[in-house]
Formats: sequence, structure tokens, C-alpha cells
Amino acid sequence: MTESRPTHGGTAPNPVNAEGVVKGSVQLIHAVGMHARPAVKLVKLAKRFQCQIAMRVVDGVGWVDAKSLTKVMATRAARSSIIELEARGADASAAVAALVTLIAQDFPEDGP
Amino acid sequence: MARRSARFIFEGRTASPGFARGPLVRIGQATRTSRPPRTRDEEERALRAALGVTADQITALAGAAGGDAAAILEFQLVLLEDESLIEPIFAAIAAGTSADAAWSQGFAEQIAEYQAAPDEYQRARASDLVDLRDRVRAALIGGTGSCSKIPLGAVICAEDLPPSRFLEIDWSEGGGVALLQGSPTSHVATLARSRGVPMVVQLGTLPPSAGMALLDGGEARLELDPTDAQVAAFEARRAAHARDSADAASLLTGPPATCGGEAVGLHINIQRIADLDHPDARYADGIGLMRTEFLFADPAGLPDETTQLGVYEAALRWASGRPVTIRTVDAGGDKPIPGFTEDGEANPFLGVRGLRLCLKRPEIFGVQLRALARAAVHGTLKVMFPMVTLPAEFSAAHELFLGIVAELRSAGIAAALPELGMMVEVPAAALTIDAFPASFFSIGSNDLAQYVMACDRSNGALGALIDPLNPALLELIQRTVDHGRRQGRGVSLCGDMAGEPHCTTALLRCGLREFSMNPASLARVKQAIAAFGPAP
Repeated sequence: MTESRPTHGGTAPNPVNAEGVVKGSVQLIHAVGMHARPAVKLVKLAKRFQCQIAMRVVDGVGWVDAKSLTKVMATRAARSSIIELEARGADASAAVAALVTLIAQDFPEDGP
Repeated sequence: MARRSARFIFEGRTASPGFARGPLVRIGQATRTSRPPRTRDEEERALRAALGVTADQITALAGAAGGDAAAILEFQLVLLEDESLIEPIFAAIAAGTSADAAWSQGFAEQIAEYQAAPDEYQRARASDLVDLRDRVRAALIGGTGSCSKIPLGAVICAEDLPPSRFLEIDWSEGGGVALLQGSPTSHVATLARSRGVPMVVQLGTLPPSAGMALLDGGEARLELDPTDAQVAAFEARRAAHARDSADAASLLTGPPATCGGEAVGLHINIQRIADLDHPDARYADGIGLMRTEFLFADPAGLPDETTQLGVYEAALRWASGRPVTIRTVDAGGDKPIPGFTEDGEANPFLGVRGLRLCLKRPEIFGVQLRALARAAVHGTLKVMFPMVTLPAEFSAAHELFLGIVAELRSAGIAAALPELGMMVEVPAAALTIDAFPASFFSIGSNDLAQYVMACDRSNGALGALIDPLNPALLELIQRTVDHGRRQGRGVSLCGDMAGEPHCTTALLRCGLREFSMNPASLARVKQAIAAFGPAP
């Protein structure tokens, strides 16, 4: 069993495992880290999915709800930190893929 | 009678010209009303309704404001829907706390957390939460939005006015703003000018209540409870001003300005893209100063390359071939940017600001230069650096820019080095102008005046000392213009005096032939140029 490693461009979500959990990780390239503008985009995108989505910063404090703006802001994720995502539920694969893309593409204006 | 007039006429400073006659409405004093106690269910419904009303208010504001204001408001909207913030508040109501108290307590913790954050940027977000808390409380206590109480055409009086409050007020039937404090350089003053709303600031103290008010923005005068004679004189001034404006407007659409057979370039200053919507903007010969601080003033964070590129391209598209001069970010001084400018400087105007700050933070400056280099392939882009003091600073920025263009090109991204110029606003630079390898110069007369006169331009007590026609300032302008002529390099002036018709003659006599000003000033300045006779 090999787990895909985090890369700079972000990883594709892992296949759904036995508990229906999908994971992904991606590097935050945003110049100023997880400030309000990227956090708002991330939360709005996460809320489009039914599944539960947790995120954390590698070497940071614990997992938080990716659908909560205050929690996402509170991670204070700095530039270049690695963000891990974990989703549970029906559309978990799509959710993780979309969020990884959003972060890897540096929160584009016309993004998803 | 004379005593009465003297008591009821107040002088301040002009923040936005124009005339307003209407009831004086004081806002901003806290009017706390308590709510009668209700059942838990009623409290929960009351808060849900208040959240709905607030969300609708913010959505409507964001739609009307657009752009950067919308991004700030969107942050608040997403917060309103944040269950980890909202659910504990409803839990407290279910446990018997009143809606008002539960809401305020729930936010108090969040606000304290932001205020205690190590990062200044996070700390600055606390004000967005305070604003949101107060909006919901107002909806909860007052039932409806607070702005409905302001009659159309009123003269609004407050200590100061946040931009969001200004945007909420319906200015369609006129009206004006009279601030006891405030500053002509504030954001709200910029909004007032761009929307043609007269505003006078730094009025000091006013009587606690008054009925009718006459506000003359250009004269920086507020008259309260005027006599019939005062009203008649006010209306006569307003009418004369309108006739004069009509004459100037007809001149604006006519042939280009000339002086002694030489063409005079009339360019515009813009703070943001929306300023290009001013009806007179299209008659300009180009954009002489596009400020970029607004991109960095967004509390949602520093702007990325794509965002910046989009804005620069929009300006170039509007210009359709006419030159567009963009000034790299002039942060610091009176324009602090959380996460970028230095904290705790004793005298920020003499501190790490403008190009000094950019050279210190190449990771942030580089993003702007990349966006500018990419925009340069789409039109006649000129880029200038603010607060240049030494030739070595200019050269360092030039080198950095060259490196970025090379980097973009080697990555296969279309990029070009724009024509590079500098602001002349530090006296040392004006005095040693021939040592700078800039290909054009733009005189920032506001800062140049305050540095030459040793006067803080926002300090009302020094008004008389900061006269733009002071010979010391004109001497430096003259030197810069002469240098440009000798070297065949363009010299423009983009400070406030470029747009003040009473300064036009003096500037033409200095030999200045490029002016850059707010679009609203174009007609008056063109009129002043047409009226300029040969020097005595």
C-alpha cells in the first residue's frame, strides 16, 4: 500500500478507502498565506459539497472544518505550507479534487 | 444679525467640492435601546430574522459597490453563514440568554481572538467582525436598517464616516457630508469626490442640533439655520458655479489645449478602475497617474499577479493606445497596509514607504512587477516609482524589473519592460534630478510640498504654510521642467495643484506642459489654460 506523497502542485485525491475517506494534500502558494480572500474562496467551494471536509496545516494545530471561515482563517496557514484535506461522504472525491485544484492554482479569480 | 451669522457659519477643509442644501442629520451617536424580554423561541426567531436582514443589506451593498468593496463585504457574508460561529450563539439562546447578549458574547470571543493574533493582518480583521456584530445588533434592536432614517438630500454630520456607511446612503437626490474630524485624503473623501458628493472635513465642533444646512464644499463652509439672505447668496453661488461649469464643459470637448503654440497634455489621475467612468475622463490624453494602493488596501489580502494583471489590462484597454502611467505601490506614510508596511514607525512619512519599502520586500514588489511586465505587451504602458531619493534606488528597481522580464520570457510568458520613470516628490531628488536615469518624471507636488515646507498636509492648523504656490515649491518644479526640456524627457505634474485652476498659470509659467488630475478637474483646467495670456 503506497500513499501518494504531497507534491508542490498538489496530489490527486486518493481512491476512496474502506471508511469512505478521501485524502489530498497541496502546497499553499498564495503570496500572503491563508488570508481572507483565499479563505473565503476555499470555504465557499467546500460548502458546495455535501460531504464533511476537514483540513489542517502540516505541522500546524489540528484538523478544522473546511466549511467554517473562522476555523480556516484560524489555521493561519503561511505561504508554502502544506495543506491536508480529508473528506467523508458521497461526493468526497470530487470535493477534494476541486479544493486541491483551487489551492494549487492559487485561488484564481474566475476559479471554481 | 451679524452676530448670529458669525455663530452659525463654520469653516473646515474641502474634501469634495459642490453644493448641498438640506436638513442637517447627525449620525454616529450610539442610540442604545434595550429590547423587551421574550421567550426563547421568539429570541431565536428574532436573531434569525436579524441575520437575514443583515445578509440582505450586505448583499445589496456589495452589488452596488462592486470591486474591492464587494470583496470585503463577501468576507462578512461568509462569516454570517459560518455555523461554528453561529451555532454556539443559538445554543446560548436555547439555554436562556437573550438574542442580543448571546450575539454580542459570541462575537466578543472571536473579536478578542483576532485582536490577540500575532499577525497584524489578522488583527486588522477584528474591525470587520465589529462592523458585522453592530450591523446585526442594529437589525435586532432597530428592526430595520438604520439608513432608512436619513432623508434624501440631507447634509450628514458625523465625527467621521466609514466608507461602508457612505455607500449605504442614497445620494441620488443630492446631499452632502460635514465631518467634525476626517481628512481630505481619507477613503471616504475619495468616494465623495468620485460620486460628486460635496464634503467638508475638520469642522471642529458644531452646535448639538440644527435644522437646515448649507454646505459649500469648494469654499469648505457650512452654514446652519441660514437667514433668507444667506440662502439667496448660496443659491447665487451655486448657479454661477453651474454656468461656469457649463462653459468649461463645452471647452473640454473642443480642440486640444495649447499654450504659446505648444500642445498641453491633460491626463487623468485614477485611484481605481471605476474612476474611468467619470463622464469627462474620455477627453483626457491618457492616464497620467494610476495609483495602485487600492489593490493592496483590500482587507482580503495582498493582490496576486492575476488580479493585478486584470486591473492593469483594464486600464490599458480603456486607454486604447493612449499612454497609461502606473505608479508602483506607494505604501507607508498615511497609507499603511497590514502585512506589508512597517509597524511602529515614529514618523511614517519619513519612514520606509514607497520604493524604499518595495525594495525591502522584493517578494511583494516582484508580484507587481511581474503583472506590469505582462500588461506592458497590451498597450502604451509607462511605470513610475514613488518616493525615489537616490539614483541607486531607481537603478535597483530597474535591475529587478529587467530580471523579472527575463524570467517571464524564459518561461514563455509574453512580457516587456515598460518605459520607466519616477515620481519627483523628495526634495533631494528634485535638487539632483540630472543624476537619475529615469526616462520621464512626474512631480508629486503634494508630498514635495509637505517635505519642502516641513508641513504635514493633513494638519489643518498648517493650512496657510502649505500653499502650493510657495516660491520654494515652484523653484523645484521649474528645475525639474528645465531638466526635462534639456534632456528631452517628459515632465508631468500629478499632485492636487495640477487640477486647481488658480495654480494653472504659475505652472504654465514654469514651462510645464503635462498635467495630470482628477477627471472632474479637466474642464476647469482646460478653461484656465485657454485663458492664459503670454507671461508679462
